[in-house]
Amino acid sequence: MKKTLVTAALAAVMAAGPALADLTFSSLSYRTGPYAANGIPFADGYADYFTLLNERDGGIGGEMTRMVECETGYNTEKGVECYEATKGEGVLVYQPLSTGITYQLIPKVTADSIPLHTMGYGRTSAKNGSVFRNVFNYPANYWDGASHAVTHILNENGGDIGGKTIALVYHNSAYGKEPIRTLEELAKKHGYNLTLLPVDHPGQEQKSQWLQIRRERPDYVLMWGWGVMNQVAIQEAANIRFPMENFIGIWWSASENDVLPAGDAAHGYKALAMHNVGDDYPVYADLKKYVVDAGKAAGAGDQLGTVLYNRGMYAAMLAAEAAKTAQGIHGTSAITPAMMRDGMEALVMTEEKMAGLGLPGFGPEFNVSCENHGGNGFGAVQQWDAEAGKWSLITDYYQSDQDVIQALIDEDSAAFAAEAGIEPGCN
Amino acid sequence: MFYREAGDFSTTYEQDSQTFPIRFDRYRYYVVLLIAFAVVPFLINDYWVNAVFLPFLIYAIAAIGLNILVGYCGQVSLGTGGFMAVGAYAVYKLMTAFPDVNIFFHVIGAGIVTAGVCVLFGLPSLRIKGFYLAVATLAAQFFLVWLFNRVPWFYNYSASGQISAPERTLFGIPVTGAETAPWAAYLFCLVFTVFSALIARNLTRGMAGRKWMAIRDMDIAAEIIGVNPMKAKLTAFATSGFFVGLAGALFFAVYLGAVEVGEVFGINKSFLVLFMVIIGGLGSIFGSFAGAAFLVLLPVLLKNILVSGLGWPTDLAAHLEFIIVGAMIVIFLIAEPHGLAQLWRIAKEKLRLWPFPH
Repeated sequence: MKKTLVTAALAAVMAAGPALADLTFSSLSYRTGPYAANGIPFADGYADYFTLLNERDGGIGGEMTRMVECETGYNTEKGVECYEATKGEGVLVYQPLSTGITYQLIPKVTADSIPLHTMGYGRTSAKNGSVFRNVFNYPANYWDGASHAVTHILNENGGDIGGKTIALVYHNSAYGKEPIRTLEELAKKHGYNLTLLPVDHPGQEQKSQWLQIRRERPDYVLMWGWGVMNQVAIQEAANIRFPMENFIGIWWSASENDVLPAGDAAHGYKALAMHNVGDDYPVYADLKKYVVDAGKAAGAGDQLGTVLYNRGMYAAMLAAEAAKTAQGIHGTSAITPAMMRDGMEALVMTEEKMAGLGLPGFGPEFNVSCENHGGNGFGAVQQWDAEAGKWSLITDYYQSDQDVIQALIDEDSAAFAAEAGIEPGCN
Repeated sequence: MFYREAGDFSTTYEQDSQTFPIRFDRYRYYVVLLIAFAVVPFLINDYWVNAVFLPFLIYAIAAIGLNILVGYCGQVSLGTGGFMAVGAYAVYKLMTAFPDVNIFFHVIGAGIVTAGVCVLFGLPSLRIKGFYLAVATLAAQFFLVWLFNRVPWFYNYSASGQISAPERTLFGIPVTGAETAPWAAYLFCLVFTVFSALIARNLTRGMAGRKWMAIRDMDIAAEIIGVNPMKAKLTAFATSGFFVGLAGALFFAVYLGAVEVGEVFGINKSFLVLFMVIIGGLGSIFGSFAGAAFLVLLPVLLKNILVSGLGWPTDLAAHLEFIIVGAMIVIFLIAEPHGLAQLWRIAKEKLRLWPFPH
């Protein structure tokens, strides 16, 4: 018995050899563990969009797409295992949906020349593509998000927030610490006071942080949370009767899973958005027809229209558009990871393009270049309506404070280049 | 049949007290070493190194370290994750502060730093025992993780609080960083693992080990026969800390390359290494290897069978993995409470007589 098991495992490893002509995309998903509630809708949306492309259009540019899924459980060790297990299959782009795994993969993808797309997460200074040649983080990054939140607060206060207090409740990890530098710089510029309140993984225990908020009464609370931490924070905010419209989460603290447990008390909670919400888009008719009704939906097929499902779909759509761009540049439909990188670097998202895909007004317009792997830094604010049970955007897309952010990006990427011995350049 | 003592005569005390007194066993050990050093490096690729060999070798060092403390000296510790973090941060600070010094010495240095920290947290063991000591070391776990998260000096003031290993070479060949060849990383860790096992084996069968075991078996009796409990306990903490620090340093520098302390060196890591020691066999060097192999390789094997082999959904496979590994731990502990090492010992006894047991 043991021998057959070993043989089966060996056969399995052998069978995972180089793939055929298909365009291979990987989904390093997490459908288990403390972050599963957020990992599942994203993975479903990501997979369903590629299924749609295969069923409706026959793939991308005539090439069928293939999805390799690997479960990471939001664990960096498993993430490395997944990367090594799948990279031999010719995966075009990695999207790990975890800042911790992103930091692991940045040196590895650079050595292996495979592009890495960290949409709205990961290492912010990867926006400087002349240093991070294989890493992309369009359409927006954490530092943009921090600036969006502060700008929103500025707009609400008529442009003057001097002397106000903003508290940041953050996941005590690389992810949560990302915005601190930007918020500190912005505090110097706008004169507000910043209070930092770290929450340890996984974030079920936040009593002391919210007690401090109750005592110090900051004017605004920002949150960089993920997974169960979001739900707990919103519940705790409701418990101390913190005004929800002064509580702003990053786009990762902005899903239905996060607000529903608190019920009516979550009404008015705000969060940032890098793409639109809801399922009122033509592409959903196609998704229903070709994917859901055909019984090909990923997972349980019950996540359509949720914020994170949309985000997974948006990530897949951007990857597919980059693949199309790459096919155009290189004049071949069977692209390699290196060609995919060129496509991502030349990606232009316009309103016409999105409307043509059945997603009019879904995300901000942006374009990518070698110097700028992070898009133009546009984002919006969404708000939760507990009675209607849905999110809606309450602002237009607006740009982050590029003066402050660009200086920080240049500084951090230069430090990385020096540390890793990279010669910045676009050739 | 396989394990024959017939014709295997010891004529000196050295021969009698060697690690593998049976000739077949000894040759098997040489063959394993030969394959590990001379064959495997030519066959492995990125996947085998990063998914199988590096975690196995590094966890084996950590398990040896913890086994000295828990298995040989009887001091229960739940601080392994924190002590591994000390090793990782020590090697990071050394690597970045002295870039010209060989990485080999940095790893050793990280082990020594961890030994010091471990002794510090071992001081309560002089007054408290058993479960109470476990709780005290648990405090070390949380304190150390908090410290590395809290004090920016430890992560060189980087914006994200992550530490990443810069490229360092040994004889001109990179062993850390992204350009590392699979065989280089593997051999680097293998050397540390083999030497750790050799040192641990020789310590535990010498005077130091006997003192530790005397303390473990009955500390008052040990004191009466002349074992100094303070020295014995603190040397156990120091030795254990040294190996755990090595493991932490290699885990960060060679295996992961970038580390976030709360996620990688959390309480889960402490339990994982403790499970390795318990499943492998308390008070056995071989058991440390067996336990590490069991808990590192089984999940990877199951994943490959269920997902790549049978094509099942990844979430179902991940859940099944938990169930199967958990069930096997329970079954093993019921069937053989002394761990895999004892199973191996019984198997060897049987094989000595096989096929004519009477």
